[in-house]
Amino acid sequence: MSEPYLIGDRMTGGYGATNILNGCTIAVEKGEIAVIVGPNGAGKSTAMKAVFGMLRLRSGHVRLDGQDITALSPQDRVARGMAFVPQTNNIFTSMTVEENLEMGAFLRRGDIRPTMEMVYDLFPILRDKRNQPAGELSGGQRQQVAVGRALMTQPKVLMLDEPTAGVSPIVMDELFDRIIEVARTGISILMVEQNARQALMIAHKGYVLVQGANRFTGTGESLMADPEVRRTFLGG
Amino acid sequence: MDILNALVAFANFVFVPAMAYGAQLALGALGVTLIYGILRFSNFAHGDTMAFGTMCTILVTWGLQSWGISAGPLPTALLALPIGIAMTGLFLVATDRTVYRFYRRTRAAPVILTMVSLGVMFVMNGLVRFIIGVEDIGFADGARFVVNARDFRDATGLEEGLAIRSTQVITVVVTAIAVALLFWFLNRTRTGKSMRAFSDNEDLALLSGINPERVVMVTWLIVAALATTAGVLYGLDKSFKAFTYFQLLLPIFAAAVVGGFGSPIGAVAGGFVIAFSEVGVTYAWKKVAGYALPEGLQPDGLGQLLSTDYKFAVSFAILVVVLLFRPTGLFRGKSV
Repeated sequence: MSEPYLIGDRMTGGYGATNILNGCTIAVEKGEIAVIVGPNGAGKSTAMKAVFGMLRLRSGHVRLDGQDITALSPQDRVARGMAFVPQTNNIFTSMTVEENLEMGAFLRRGDIRPTMEMVYDLFPILRDKRNQPAGELSGGQRQQVAVGRALMTQPKVLMLDEPTAGVSPIVMDELFDRIIEVARTGISILMVEQNARQALMIAHKGYVLVQGANRFTGTGESLMADPEVRRTFLGG
Repeated sequence: MDILNALVAFANFVFVPAMAYGAQLALGALGVTLIYGILRFSNFAHGDTMAFGTMCTILVTWGLQSWGISAGPLPTALLALPIGIAMTGLFLVATDRTVYRFYRRTRAAPVILTMVSLGVMFVMNGLVRFIIGVEDIGFADGARFVVNARDFRDATGLEEGLAIRSTQVITVVVTAIAVALLFWFLNRTRTGKSMRAFSDNEDLALLSGINPERVVMVTWLIVAALATTAGVLYGLDKSFKAFTYFQLLLPIFAAAVVGGFGSPIGAVAGGFVIAFSEVGVTYAWKKVAGYALPEGLQPDGLGQLLSTDYKFAVSFAILVVVLLFRPTGLFRGKSV
């Protein structure tokens, strides 16, 4: 059983007539962190959307735990244990932090308190601000709400589209630490990151995409050590 | 100068009628604001939805009356109201299935949906006139007054009388109950929260597994309840006439926009703002001023800023001013 837990296998597709993805393959193992990096316009976010079913594939497959889910809608994938945190508009701004988390658990029956406590333990600041409208929080706190909302579905795979976009370096480190913690609980993490260096440092697996295809693939460490990757994508 | 008589005259001619009218507008505005927040279009058919709901309620009321059923001092229409709401709810959900859903599936622009609602408006309009006619229909029964003008004068010894009609009290009480229920529903229940989530961020609501078709259906049912209640209360307070209900569309939209389109609390506030402005501007203040102002300062004229024929101009002016200077309204709704 060498098949990874989640794999987008040789995906090709795009919006309209042109392909943005050209046979790119993205995979993540259970409890590991996979990071997609690459230059602007390389199709990083598109690859995420394709894995989550927000982009129709011309060819290729997405398999979760050995099952082909290529034809499933994003909502059905949520029910299968995938959670997605979009890059923008990823919280309900007019609702309180707690309501945001409740909405994340919308599909679940039964007691959601333990999961909510877990999210509050992970992001203590959210416990203090639980009754505040999420739209009033700072950028970093909003991202925590967004990740928290996604965790409320009790996902097996958490997909993050540039979780550190627009937050300060200190908050970014903090977020990365939390993401590592989440992965330790057995949740697979697939994320797109603009801050390639920091992201590769915490990644078990890294994918460097160029023009919708895999250019380099390897462990985070090996990519960081690869002189060509360093020169072309990490700025020396 | 006679402050007491001035206050009584003010209460009698301005405060009490405006409170009742404001409550009716608030319920109407809540309906359009919910549709705007969740289905994302301005529903021009709302006035006629109110007419349709009121028509259903009147028909049931006549049925109840013919069987000799009454609610004692309360209007029989209150007994018929739940049935009227159910009929309107069915009609709205059926309209959604046959008309609006098609445009939602094609992800039509809001302006297209608004035009579609205009078509729905004409159909409902014709339907109501065809079934119940275009005449003025009074359907209020039961006790007429809670406070009678003469009794009030006799009891207080004041020159001015204060009359509070039972329909006015019923309007305010029923509105208070309806608004409290709605806010409880939106803020405390799972379905209500999912509606707010859907209104806030549709894509993220879908990612959270919220079923849009269910949210839409619940919205139409709530809108049916609000619109029918608003229409019946208005009809009890004044009378039912299909054309008048169609005209209510303007003050109702003005109320929703003043409060902040998409904001329920804003719709309620907006309803009262519009009602008090309309009544205040078209009321002849001579009597109140005569009591309130010192000798010599009393106005010679009627003290009426606008003839009642121009009452729609008031809503319209407020609408334009709000859109120009504060498009998000008092409570920061979505800008239109």
